[in-house]
Amino acid sequence: MSDTTSPPARPGIWRIAGQLSRRQYWMFAVLGLFLPFAGWALFSASGWVDPVFLPGPLKVFTRLVSWLFEDDLLGDAAISIYRVAAGFVLSAVLALPLGLLIGSFRPVEALLEPLTDFIRYMPAVAFIPLVMLWLGIGESAKISIIFIGTFFQMVLMVAENVRLVPMAQIEAALTMGATRFEMIRLVLAQSARPAILDTLRITMGWAWTYLVVAELVAANSGLGYAILKAQRYLKTDTIFGGIILIGVIGLLMDQGFRWLHRRLYPWAQARG
Amino acid sequence: MSKVSIQNVGKVFERAASPVPALDNVNLSIEDNEFITLVGASGCGKSTLLRILAGLEYRTSGEVLCDGKSINSPGADRAMVFQHYSLYPWLSVIDNIKFSRQLQVNRENLTSSDVEAASGRADALLNLIGLGKVRNAFPNQLSGGMQQRVAIARSLMGRPSVLLMDEPFGALDSQTREVMHDLILHIHRVEKTTIVFVTHDVEEAVYLGQRVVLMQPRPGRIHSIFPVPLPAQRTQDMKYSTPFRELRAEILARIRESTGITTDLDMLDKLNVQSTAV
Repeated sequence: MSDTTSPPARPGIWRIAGQLSRRQYWMFAVLGLFLPFAGWALFSASGWVDPVFLPGPLKVFTRLVSWLFEDDLLGDAAISIYRVAAGFVLSAVLALPLGLLIGSFRPVEALLEPLTDFIRYMPAVAFIPLVMLWLGIGESAKISIIFIGTFFQMVLMVAENVRLVPMAQIEAALTMGATRFEMIRLVLAQSARPAILDTLRITMGWAWTYLVVAELVAANSGLGYAILKAQRYLKTDTIFGGIILIGVIGLLMDQGFRWLHRRLYPWAQARG
Repeated sequence: MSKVSIQNVGKVFERAASPVPALDNVNLSIEDNEFITLVGASGCGKSTLLRILAGLEYRTSGEVLCDGKSINSPGADRAMVFQHYSLYPWLSVIDNIKFSRQLQVNRENLTSSDVEAASGRADALLNLIGLGKVRNAFPNQLSGGMQQRVAIARSLMGRPSVLLMDEPFGALDSQTREVMHDLILHIHRVEKTTIVFVTHDVEEAVYLGQRVVLMQPRPGRIHSIFPVPLPAQRTQDMKYSTPFRELRAEILARIRESTGITTDLDMLDKLNVQSTAV
């Protein structure tokens, strides 16, 4: 035995369900983002593929800059964000009360959930021809596609969020004399709020997907349309730039929702 | 007139395959300001009986009266404390305690002096449970024992006729449980509440109860009712007294009789014989 006792060994980071310090987490996160980027840069610089098909990161970046200053990048992004927001808000405004009702009352659940489940499995994309016939290719068409793609999922998820309110919370209110309406307003809606915000965050991601689909086939503006137009002229740098930009906007919105969650519902965060 | 009167109560759970009798012909009278504990092996229907009193479960036969009125639904006159997860995590400790004030039952014909009195009562309850310091904390910042104390204060806020407790300390460690025992006895004295307390822990049942109701399973029914031969003011050292130990042993023996545990004990005996033979 040695005189100097070494500090007890920390459990390794590769242990199953092990722990990472904040610094280690960011190290891995940056590495995970950097490696594919570096791979892309090397691969395109190697000359194995025609730069027409795979432009390098620098070329894509320069194109994004010129798109911003010479073409109307901000306008394209703004119209896309507007469509997502409109379709998403419309979905949420209808899905929240409906999900709350389905989650609260069994008869409403039996009446609406099988139907919603059925429609949910119809691919939203397949509705595009129908929506174009009915609504043309105006703003309402794009908003409708986003609505169809998110609404039915959102209803079911909100209903599930409400059903997962602990029975003890409900029964405690019953034994304090809560009426049905008070139960919904003061217990179910309150208790399910953090889970519902998570549902909104997840469906927001799907709204972006459907936006791009809608803009690819039925639009003359927006990021999706810009990507489609670039394909016609073999401007792969614009396609890459558009895809990356959509990813970045989506990521920012996701982080925004997470921030809001921590900010609004500190009581719902895990302890410690 | 007794506070709660349970007359020939029966409960059958309708299951797809065959109906399951959960309670059969239960009769019990509970006096005002009494502390009654219900014990028994799992499946004896003690929780079902408590939930019928609360109105959370409906009986299939018999009658239950609380203050002379028939019970058919949950009501503010019969507050309940659950095993856990019943606090509202989005409300602070004090707002949890005041929760019932938001409900219509407490808003009818309310005067401003009532509102003031209610606020004073919430603070008094907060002090009674010894949590004045965490008044504005949220439930996820409290230990399990503290959360249960808040749940108890919340249930007392509306001055219920009967306080129903469904294994409220079952999820706590034994040291915390002892503290909670003396706290609930103190509350029982101060608030003059009538308490019906369900537990599977015989020691807890004997220490807290003025009478211990022993139930047995298949179908759930009352086996016997034991008056506890201890002074009204309980202290922890009574747990080592002869009457306490004798009653505890008696009830445990009856529970073993009423379940299959005796056969398990026979099996253990056989295993012991075999292992000594080797």
